[in-house]
Amino acid sequence: MRFFFRDQVEVILKDRDKESSIIKKRIFIVGSIIALLIGGLIFGLFSLAVVQHEHYTTLSKTNRQKILPIAPIRGLIYSNDGVVLAENKPTYSLQVIPEKIDDIDNLITRLREIVHIDDEDIKKFQYLSSKKRRFERVALKENLTEKEVALFSVNRHLFSSVDVVESFYRNYPLGKDLAHSIGYVSRIDENDLENISEAGLSSNYIATTHIGKLGIEKSYESFLHGKVGYQKVEVNAEGRVIRILEKTSPISGNNIYLSIDLLLQKTAAESLGDRKGAIVAMDPRSGNILAFVSSPTYDPNQFSSGINAALYKSLLSSKNKPLVNRVIQGKYPPGSTIKPFLGLIALDNEIRNLSDEVWCPGWFSLDGHDHRYRDWKKEGHGRTNLDKAIIESCDVFFYKLAFRLGIDEIYRGLSDFGFGQVSGIDITAEKNGLLPSRRWKKENIKDPWFPGETVILGIGQGYALATPMQLVVATAAIANKGILFEPKLVSGISNQEGIGITTTSNKIKNRIQLKNNSSWKEILKSMQSVVHDTNGTAWKSGLNAEYNFAGKTGTAQIIGIDQESEYKEEEIPDDLKDHALFIALAPVEQPEIALAIVVENGGGGSKTAAPIARKMLDSYFFRKDSNSDE
Amino acid sequence: MSEYTLSNRVHIDFILTALIFSLCSFGIIILYSASGQNIDLVYSQIAKLFIALLCMILVAQIPPANLNRLSLLLYVLGVILLIFVIIFGDIGKGAQRWLDLKVLRFQPSELMKIAVPILLSSYLSDRFLPPKFLRIILSCIFIAIPVILIAKQPDLGTALLVAVAGFSVIFIAGISWRFLFCMSILFAACVPLLWHFMRDYQKQRVLTFLDPESDPLGAGYHIIQSKIAIGSGGFTGKGWLNGTQSHLEFLPERSTDFIFAVLCEEFGMLGVIFLLLIYLLIVFRGLYISYKAQDAFRQLLAAGITLTFFVYIIVNMGMVIGQLPVVGVPLPLVSFGGTSIVTLMIGFGILMSIHTHKRFLKR
Repeated sequence: MRFFFRDQVEVILKDRDKESSIIKKRIFIVGSIIALLIGGLIFGLFSLAVVQHEHYTTLSKTNRQKILPIAPIRGLIYSNDGVVLAENKPTYSLQVIPEKIDDIDNLITRLREIVHIDDEDIKKFQYLSSKKRRFERVALKENLTEKEVALFSVNRHLFSSVDVVESFYRNYPLGKDLAHSIGYVSRIDENDLENISEAGLSSNYIATTHIGKLGIEKSYESFLHGKVGYQKVEVNAEGRVIRILEKTSPISGNNIYLSIDLLLQKTAAESLGDRKGAIVAMDPRSGNILAFVSSPTYDPNQFSSGINAALYKSLLSSKNKPLVNRVIQGKYPPGSTIKPFLGLIALDNEIRNLSDEVWCPGWFSLDGHDHRYRDWKKEGHGRTNLDKAIIESCDVFFYKLAFRLGIDEIYRGLSDFGFGQVSGIDITAEKNGLLPSRRWKKENIKDPWFPGETVILGIGQGYALATPMQLVVATAAIANKGILFEPKLVSGISNQEGIGITTTSNKIKNRIQLKNNSSWKEILKSMQSVVHDTNGTAWKSGLNAEYNFAGKTGTAQIIGIDQESEYKEEEIPDDLKDHALFIALAPVEQPEIALAIVVENGGGGSKTAAPIARKMLDSYFFRKDSNSDE
Repeated sequence: MSEYTLSNRVHIDFILTALIFSLCSFGIIILYSASGQNIDLVYSQIAKLFIALLCMILVAQIPPANLNRLSLLLYVLGVILLIFVIIFGDIGKGAQRWLDLKVLRFQPSELMKIAVPILLSSYLSDRFLPPKFLRIILSCIFIAIPVILIAKQPDLGTALLVAVAGFSVIFIAGISWRFLFCMSILFAACVPLLWHFMRDYQKQRVLTFLDPESDPLGAGYHIIQSKIAIGSGGFTGKGWLNGTQSHLEFLPERSTDFIFAVLCEEFGMLGVIFLLLIYLLIVFRGLYISYKAQDAFRQLLAAGITLTFFVYIIVNMGMVIGQLPVVGVPLPLVSFGGTSIVTLMIGFGILMSIHTHKRFLKR
């Protein structure tokens, strides 16, 4: 700028005037060029929009080409033995573009002569019309019967603005039996759209209407969905397809095979009946889930076909909570089922030997405290070692054991068994349960840890909460000598033709190393005696069994009982009764199946839960035996 | 003295501001229909316009003398960023244009639309006009560096606009007609060379432009569909929100590069004339500011910015009605999209700054 000033001021001002006049001349030239170009543009537009208006109006009304996406067909879900659990069924609907219809009432009146359209349909149509984009199709009537489709096709020429559109809906033939494991698909909502676009899948889902919302349908969505296809079509003024010019077929989704054993699943569900609770069976050798029951349940077909708000609300607010997946979301005090695990931790820490004996007078008190922690057996178990304490479920033995171990050791040991953390099963929404620690209590209750809380943790009471899934994984670890598998429902995936099944791999979550490897066998032996010894808490369930199995009963209190009063089952309302628990492994020699059973408000584990295990194991082994004989 | 008007004190040109407001408002109305009544998209556009207006007001406060001083720095920074983009850039829609600055994604090629005319105005106004031969050659090199870098991304539309911004400054500076003629001949000779360097899709666009009917399902589809939209719109249009071409989704890119076709279809020739009127008033206001500006730097810069704005309009409209090949140039302040809006508004900010920062020179 300094030079500039010098130029301006010192040198002759006339040059600046000359300069300015050059620029001004050029601006005039540019202005003229602009006017010329705009003139040309307007001329071009005029020739298109006015001179050739007729021609282009005809073009816009007559044949046009369009690219239409075709949704892929969703993969099927099968059971282990090839029974279809989720399938796609064709459905037909009448669709219109509301902007293209002058008198909708008249159209409905005329349509009613051949198709049943009730007020509910019209309400739904009006709702969908108000939410859609302009010139988008809306269903006027869904789920046409075959007769209606035929009738409409015959009268097709009378309704030029109405189309019959074929689509597929997801059907679950076994309905509520597997709702909690398979989950369901439902209409794509705003949230899903956001997730889809974040994952960069918008174009792949452009023609898709439903998406997996829960269970296998959700967690295996990327396998089940498939790849979108396209067709180039010729359409007329109404936007209706006249002919297909070119087609790229969609690629169907992969089929999924579950490890669920349907017979075992059925036995489990039937023996639980209409009681609330959860049953899960797992193959301890692989982590494959064999049965997965959460009761009560719901019908997933209601969700896939578009659940109405009232029904959904009633499911949500139902006192029995059918939408809660009790296997992975139900949090229960583990009760005495925790004892075998504490026994293993105590052996490993060497605070107890197998031969160590404890005197059980029927109660236990901490030094300097009056409070009596009572045993379930009022008169006591007498001299008790670990074996006897597991067989008879002696509480006093484990009060003392827990107190000797201390909360920190208990927390570390039970963490190794997977308590307090998700198991990693291949469906979502799993809960952590709760494994208390000093830190947890300080952060959440704002209190220090009290010794008494360690004592009751010895019998699985107090803060501790476990899901049935955690129980079955920990139980299987006893059979595996410390290997914790990540449980999985899906055993294989194949393409649409059902060929090229690839099995899903087994993932190991943790390996527990005990100082003395024989401890596993010892605890398993004690658990066997729970069922097969006459003193065992579940001896009735083991009577006349043709195979050896191992188990542990548990009874989870959900209300505190006063020091003086006694638990009288008949006096307590149903929903405050104890939960009955049972864990099991069979056959003892080479375990193939691990079980965890919870019956809510079922009373004692030996009375309610153990018999269910027996029924399931009978069904599992005898079917197997009869099959191999044939 | 007339120099103490409110306009001069806040450094805002009210005539230009009013025109920009009417343009943006009309643009929003068209965008609402073109997006299929997607109100979220409209809100997002309004937010972008608002931010861009703020940029305009801020830039208008900078005295032109400062721009003159910073010209070389801006230009060098822009070129470095362009080289950066080629090495580290984000890949969007198959082209490397973006620099991800974590907070915002920034397109350095947009900066060059402003930096090139500022540098050339500063450089050419440093000596008396008309420029000598050597100066013109050097100016051409200044233009060529960013244009080649941008074309490499590849972003033909922006490269074209940057070249136009530069050459319009050279033209206004009074380059001789003989020289201009020679350059045109040289350019024509370079076309085969340019063709050699073009990407396949760019070649396809040019071929399709020459004969759209040759490939009605592929690249010609855009032009055929937009011609149908314009032709069937007629003189009065089909009415707002009632365009079948756009709403039945025949028209591609209808909220961005092809939004002009939606305007033609729904508002007809009347709507087009209204829009053109606003555009022309803005362009002529810009030329007037250039005409009235106090020194050569200001005159060159104002004219360069105004002409770039005009080229946006003519290239976009020419493309939509099928008179020019399809290059990605938006309809200014009407098409949906972020960075070009900010650049355009910064350009208007500079125009306002030129018009409202008066210097008192005794003559």
